[in-house]
Amino acid sequence: MAVAEEKTSPETSEKSWHGIVLQTLKRNDIRLVPYVPDRVLTTLIRNLHADPFFTTFPTAREEEAVGIVSGAWMGGMRGAVLMQTSGFATLANVLASLAIPYQIPLIMFVSERGTLGEFNYGQSLVCRTMRPVLDSLAMEHHTATRLDEFEFIVDRSIKQAITTQAPVALILSPLLTGGKVFDK
Amino acid sequence: MNNDNPARNTKVMNRFDLTSRLIAKLKNEEAVIGGIGNTNFDLWAAGHRPQNFYMLGSMGLAFPIALGVALAQPDRRVFALEGDGSLLMQLGSLSTIATLAPKNLIMVVMDNGIYQITGAQPTPGAAVADIVAIAVASGLTNSSWAADEDDFERLIEESMSATGPTLIGVRIDEKPGTGTTRRDPVQIRERFMHGMGVREPL
Repeated sequence: MAVAEEKTSPETSEKSWHGIVLQTLKRNDIRLVPYVPDRVLTTLIRNLHADPFFTTFPTAREEEAVGIVSGAWMGGMRGAVLMQTSGFATLANVLASLAIPYQIPLIMFVSERGTLGEFNYGQSLVCRTMRPVLDSLAMEHHTATRLDEFEFIVDRSIKQAITTQAPVALILSPLLTGGKVFDK
Repeated sequence: MNNDNPARNTKVMNRFDLTSRLIAKLKNEEAVIGGIGNTNFDLWAAGHRPQNFYMLGSMGLAFPIALGVALAQPDRRVFALEGDGSLLMQLGSLSTIATLAPKNLIMVVMDNGIYQITGAQPTPGAAVADIVAIAVASGLTNSSWAADEDDFERLIEESMSATGPTLIGVRIDEKPGTGTTRRDPVQIRERFMHGMGVREPL
């Protein structure tokens, strides 16, 4: 996580990217947020846990989280899944055999590793598989790079997923989040 | 599967028979999630209900899908039927469920120790692993093998008023599924949502 993010106070968090995610989820009545964590997502995950509106918890694998929010959707509860790039790379089967054919509005936030300063070669390689997989399934996806358009992208994408009953991946670029840098 | 394992003093039963016994006990529009392959084929064959959900892929996700339904509808009992091979793909989900501890979730593991539908090859755990012991060690303390059909029915009845999640292991034979689910995922999902009271029919 970028140093600037660490210093963001709760009072100003609504203007931060993670504050926008939290508020936009809430405004769209998305209560269930299972995740496999990522360093960049730390503040968002902490704030989700602190807000009783949300039911948020870690899962052992990303596809497990996809199964959980799919079941919850069918039971009338909206959800979203948080993960990082390498986690998305484990999802091709569940996207192609559950979310898409059953027309489930799966909402995914993917913290993007592997580009713009990546220090782990494996991460940079797995990142290159993400958009080809999304495109091969003709899935809606957006890469968020700017804070000023982020709320628009998140809010409209959630609403489109639900009304068209189709999954969406929102990729959180290091340009938006600061990414993870080789500092330790 | 090692049927001679002395730790498993349990009868070898039949998937379709047990599934039919479960369905016969459901009086309150309980949800049932059928795992990939034979598990949902036998659920289909036991008599379609709008509260049944049939998986056509995503092997290993019957319990996570059922967990999602259980979290969304805490007043409804949610059953999940899964094979031992499928569960081995997603053992981590047992810990997630144990942590969240939904009392309305009941998991049934149909354990024949083989991938029946792909040619009856043994699973990696067939000769050595004990699914119920794994579940207990994952934090699901209310996990047990059903000794026979009567014991299975007793455990299902107990689960209706359980105060935490229930897991029931059943040893089954090597027979294939009885029916074949109609593979129409949108209709399966839409009818299930009607069955859950989430949507009205068009």
